[in-house]
Amino acid sequence: MSFLDVLYFIIPSAIFYAAPLILAAIGAVFSERSGVVNIGVEGIMVIGAFVGIVFNLFTVDVFGDFTPWASLLAALVIGAVFSLFLAIPAISLRADQTVTGVALNLLGAAVALFSVKLIFDKGQTEFITERFARFDIPGLASIPVLGPMFFHNVYGTSILAIVVAIVAWFVIYKTPFGLRLRAVGEHPMAADTMGINVARMRYIGVMISGALAGVGGAVYSLTITNNFSHATISGQGFMAIAAMIFGKWHPLGTMGAALFFGLAQALSIVGGSIPYVQDIPNVFLLILPYVLTIIALAGFIGKANAPKASGIPYIKGQR
Amino acid sequence: MSNRVINILVPVISVIIGLIVGAIVMAVSGYNAVDGYIALWNGIFGDSYTIGETIRQITPYILAGLAVAFAFRTGLFNIGVEGQLIMGWAAAAYVGYAVEGLPKFIHLPLALIAAALAGAFWAFIAGVLKARFNVHEVIATIMLNYIALHVSNALIKVWADGGDKTQRILETASLRSPFLESMTQYSRLHWGIIVALLMVVVMWFILDKTTRGYELKAVGFNHHAAEYSGMSVRRNIILAMTISGMFAGLGGAMEALGTFEYVGIKGGFTGIGFDGIAVALLGANTPLGVIFGATLFGSLQNGALNMPNEAGIPTEIVSIIIALIIFFVASGYVIRVLLEKFNSKKEGK
Repeated sequence: MSFLDVLYFIIPSAIFYAAPLILAAIGAVFSERSGVVNIGVEGIMVIGAFVGIVFNLFTVDVFGDFTPWASLLAALVIGAVFSLFLAIPAISLRADQTVTGVALNLLGAAVALFSVKLIFDKGQTEFITERFARFDIPGLASIPVLGPMFFHNVYGTSILAIVVAIVAWFVIYKTPFGLRLRAVGEHPMAADTMGINVARMRYIGVMISGALAGVGGAVYSLTITNNFSHATISGQGFMAIAAMIFGKWHPLGTMGAALFFGLAQALSIVGGSIPYVQDIPNVFLLILPYVLTIIALAGFIGKANAPKASGIPYIKGQR
Repeated sequence: MSNRVINILVPVISVIIGLIVGAIVMAVSGYNAVDGYIALWNGIFGDSYTIGETIRQITPYILAGLAVAFAFRTGLFNIGVEGQLIMGWAAAAYVGYAVEGLPKFIHLPLALIAAALAGAFWAFIAGVLKARFNVHEVIATIMLNYIALHVSNALIKVWADGGDKTQRILETASLRSPFLESMTQYSRLHWGIIVALLMVVVMWFILDKTTRGYELKAVGFNHHAAEYSGMSVRRNIILAMTISGMFAGLGGAMEALGTFEYVGIKGGFTGIGFDGIAVALLGANTPLGVIFGATLFGSLQNGALNMPNEAGIPTEIVSIIIALIIFFVASGYVIRVLLEKFNSKKEGK
């Protein structure tokens, strides 16, 4: 296999594996920027993956070709609603955000599996028949070298993920809404004094996070596994949090980190057939994202600082 | 109502609400909630076999709960109990089968110490990251959980010559006892429960009876004040994490030397470490409270296994109930306010 062939093979798989991570990680950026730590991304992704598959299986006769996209929409709505389990205790009831996030992970996995057994009477769902179609982007796909790398046989979901990241950057840094969101996460009392409704902004931040994590989970199950079982989502949510930190809470940095982690995941799965890579023990590729996150946090790659008020419930009138 | 009574009432009320909501979920899903809870009860206390299995399940829960609670008391949130437990499990199993020719009174303690050290080392990494590089322990331990999972799987693969589980540990390293087994219709009940209860005493002793424990708590309460009074904040943070990890590692030893007697490649987490957070939270981070929390959640988890057979209800209902209980305990502020309102009304009359 020539070097170029390797790139043609590995870059599309990296983007393919990165798409769910990008979506969930961008969601986490919204939540943390508003001042709520969302450890529960994993649990929301499980719910999203489950909803995506079940919706696809049961509405395939209604929506036809459009089914996978409709399933994403369903996962988006359910994900946002499910994130209220974090938002209400963490924002309104002053609960510890980390504890609540852990509970959200337990609840997500339990509810999804309970429902699977209730509906299908066994531990996993059927395989979906209507999948996302791959397509060549007209014009761009015929560019030499870059065409086969980026624009040939692409999934619509990958494009969606990258568009979401860019839109998130615009919303957070270029709009009044984004400024308020960041203000609430950095110094809620100052924001409150200026007339911003802290609780409302935080609810919005957490629910955007829930919506995107739901979509991320659904993208994972609808493009990669094609069914849902207890092992469908195993660590992608935490990897998304890692990507957010590695990207220093910035949407574009987060996207870059998620793409890199996608590459590590792709290599750990398909690396066996690539020269040189097959000599690296798999375990190194598997732990790479997590090790890098720790190194990034330890300050070896510039200092990564969380939003200042992240993780602290805002209590009016308290100094 | 004193503060003390309210502190006990909040978890009790949370458990009751959790069970009620669980019943509603069962009813809405078309199951018979009464049959469900009867099956759960029988799965916990049905006969001597299920009681033996319930106590076996409680054992690692106590240790995981102690690990989380100890860290909490010193101002740290150790989400990494899961990873530390996995490392302890692997270390105990390795020493259990690979070290040959030792008498039981050396081999068994050696395997336990190996597990404690492995767990302690894994937590020590997070402690150093926090103390030296200011890395938040929640994120560091989450990442270390996954690293532990993949690293231990890779090690097991090597130990098992490419298989998916190691050979059985030797008799001399086993916590199992023919006496306990015959008493409980051959359940997997083992002596680990004694180790776990001993550790409860150890945690109480360290925190309440030693100068070091006082320092650890002081750093947790206010590290500036501790610093000014001459305590080393960094050293205490590292020490607190290490001790916490030691408890977690021993939790892994219970699985390696008692329940399973081997270590296998894992597709995902055991869940014991995360349930340990629930145990500590319910037990208000006190040694005695951890016993109660572990008894409740260990019993629920073990009793759940009986629900599919006897009532046709998926075991996950119990995980849903546990998650709900955590939500309610975490939102204890509301229960507290309601209790205080109720109280002041009564006093007003």
